[in-house]
Amino acid sequence: MNEAGHGADPRDGGIGGADGPRGEGPAEEWRRLDRRMLLATAAVLCGVAGGAGLPTTLGLAGSRPLWQALSWVLAGAFLLVLGGTLVDYVRLRRTRYRIGAERVELHTGLLLIKRRSLTRERIRSVDLTANPLQRVLGLVKVRIGTGESTGGSESTLELDLVTRAEGERLRHELLARTTTGPEDLPHEGALATVDPRWIRYAPVSFVAPALGGAAAGAVMQVSEWFGAQAAVIDWIGDRFRDVSVTWMIVDLILVATVVGAVGALGLWVEMWWNHRLEREPGGTLRVRRGLLTARSVSIEERRLRGIEVVEPLGVRLAGAARVDAVATGLAKDDGDKHADLKTLLPAAPREIADRVAAQVLREPEPPTGAPLAAHPRAARTRRLRWALWSVAAPVALLAGLGLLLTPVLLYVAAGCAVVLTPIAVLLALDAYRGLGHGVSGAYLVTRSGTVRRATVALQRSGVIGWTVKQSYFQRRAGVLTLTATTAAGDGAYAVYDAGETEGLTFAAEAVPDLLAPFLEPVPTPEARSTKG
Amino acid sequence: MTGENAVRLRPPRNAVDERAVAWWRSQLLVTTAVPVVVLGVLGALIGPARFWLLLAAGTVAALGLACTAFFPAWWFRVHRWEVTDEAVYVRTGALWQEWRIAPMSRIQTVDTVRGPLEQLFRLGTVTVTTASSKGALRIEGLDHELAAELGERLTALTQATPGDAT
Repeated sequence: MNEAGHGADPRDGGIGGADGPRGEGPAEEWRRLDRRMLLATAAVLCGVAGGAGLPTTLGLAGSRPLWQALSWVLAGAFLLVLGGTLVDYVRLRRTRYRIGAERVELHTGLLLIKRRSLTRERIRSVDLTANPLQRVLGLVKVRIGTGESTGGSESTLELDLVTRAEGERLRHELLARTTTGPEDLPHEGALATVDPRWIRYAPVSFVAPALGGAAAGAVMQVSEWFGAQAAVIDWIGDRFRDVSVTWMIVDLILVATVVGAVGALGLWVEMWWNHRLEREPGGTLRVRRGLLTARSVSIEERRLRGIEVVEPLGVRLAGAARVDAVATGLAKDDGDKHADLKTLLPAAPREIADRVAAQVLREPEPPTGAPLAAHPRAARTRRLRWALWSVAAPVALLAGLGLLLTPVLLYVAAGCAVVLTPIAVLLALDAYRGLGHGVSGAYLVTRSGTVRRATVALQRSGVIGWTVKQSYFQRRAGVLTLTATTAAGDGAYAVYDAGETEGLTFAAEAVPDLLAPFLEPVPTPEARSTKG
Repeated sequence: MTGENAVRLRPPRNAVDERAVAWWRSQLLVTTAVPVVVLGVLGALIGPARFWLLLAAGTVAALGLACTAFFPAWWFRVHRWEVTDEAVYVRTGALWQEWRIAPMSRIQTVDTVRGPLEQLFRLGTVTVTTASSKGALRIEGLDHELAAELGERLTALTQATPGDAT
């Protein structure tokens, strides 16, 4: 398919020079975006015009004859579609790009011509997305990114839109590197494909309650737009005329939960259908997924600094985990809300997640599954104390208000204390059990969290600094928080509440020569205890 | 963990300039003065709420003055820095103490900044960033000549040290 796109395009005369990544041929031809993008724009505008035109027509038809209203609206719609398409045509005319031997250049802009160029060596990702309309037209949007963590949008070029074949060709050409590494057949090819049964983990994720709440909010909001909010509330009240308020609330929460769960299933299907994680020759990880909007995310292996196995509470209780990449230069998408470009595998059974993690890192055993050193009991005490405080504060507030205002609040406070305390204590104990750190081969592994438990395996050579933090209370408890800074992922990964000596020794061993010169033996236990 | 092999982080070798204490004090005073003045003016203008506004102004002023008296001396004892051939090492904080280490080979930029108040006290701040979005180091309260000299030395050192910084 790539090869077909490569040779069959009559417009690119200078294709010969583009063959090799280091081609020495004459200057590359400038290329343009695909003309069919105008169709995509026009279709979107038609949709907008239709959506806005129908209510407008109905509104106008109230005060004047229907044919008049219709012609006004049609004229407006025509102007909108024509104008928008014209603007896009100008953009098409003024946008051109070329893939040179050294640089990728893009000239674009309606009034001002913006000239942007990226050094080819720095290109780390070429991502393709296509929404359903674009898929019908055979077009894709291409984002070319470098590994720069700074610079924001300046480090990405966006080609909006080119043909699918051209997109594949760009992806292939820009990420093709001469394979120097040894042939590693077990870790090549498809690493994972989605199993439809994994959809069972969708309703237990945090997406479900969020969607349920959003649905309830949307019903209220839309009914308010039409001035029917009171009617909706009355209607709901009528449904529950014969039951108590408590049951009504319970029922409504149940309905919202079911709606949320159904929404989560739908979202899962749209996001993860056709999911496929593969390693291409040359060492590029590629994730393809999406039912309606097709996405293709490529992560160059050189940019991979580790892997994160994430287990949100519900998913963890179901025995599953998600796998994220810890890589530099993954676009932090601000325009696109699907900010999960780093997700390599959706929530899947834990053993599959571990296997995929190992395969992505080319390790025989998953570093994220290695046994980890537990943290001192002081860490547990601290978590229990936080848990009790976080319950005590709202309960005390409620009780105080109850004393001042009405005794009902006192009962609410007592109820909260009885219900929340065990939950908080359980979460605290679970958080303590989750804490762990260790060194597994070339990786530094740290785990923490209870609501979102994450096990990170970070390449020891990818650690570019240490931050050690100790609060007044941590000093008294003899623990500290170690944070390994890295260029990839979140920028820093922490080991919370490790024992002082044990943690510092671990950090010094995990990254040789970095922390060791700044360590000193503690003089004597006596001097220490009087000091601390 | 108070066994035979117990280790801890040693303090970095260099203290910050003594003028930093005065600089921190004036910073705190300015930060306190702004809300106190606003609250005081409002209190003078709005009759009915005068008591509460002036009370708030008094509380903020008392807290600010207490911090001014207390923290800068503590910070002066804690804030220390050190530059070796391999790494930059900084300790900061008071209640929350922080030790930061960045190896020379991973340093991307070295900035020397002097704010208006710092210029008044002839001080400077050196900021060292790495490829990590969370790995920046700040050495505050250096004598301005020392800060400039340190900035140049760090730039020269990082250029001499091989490494791609990621």
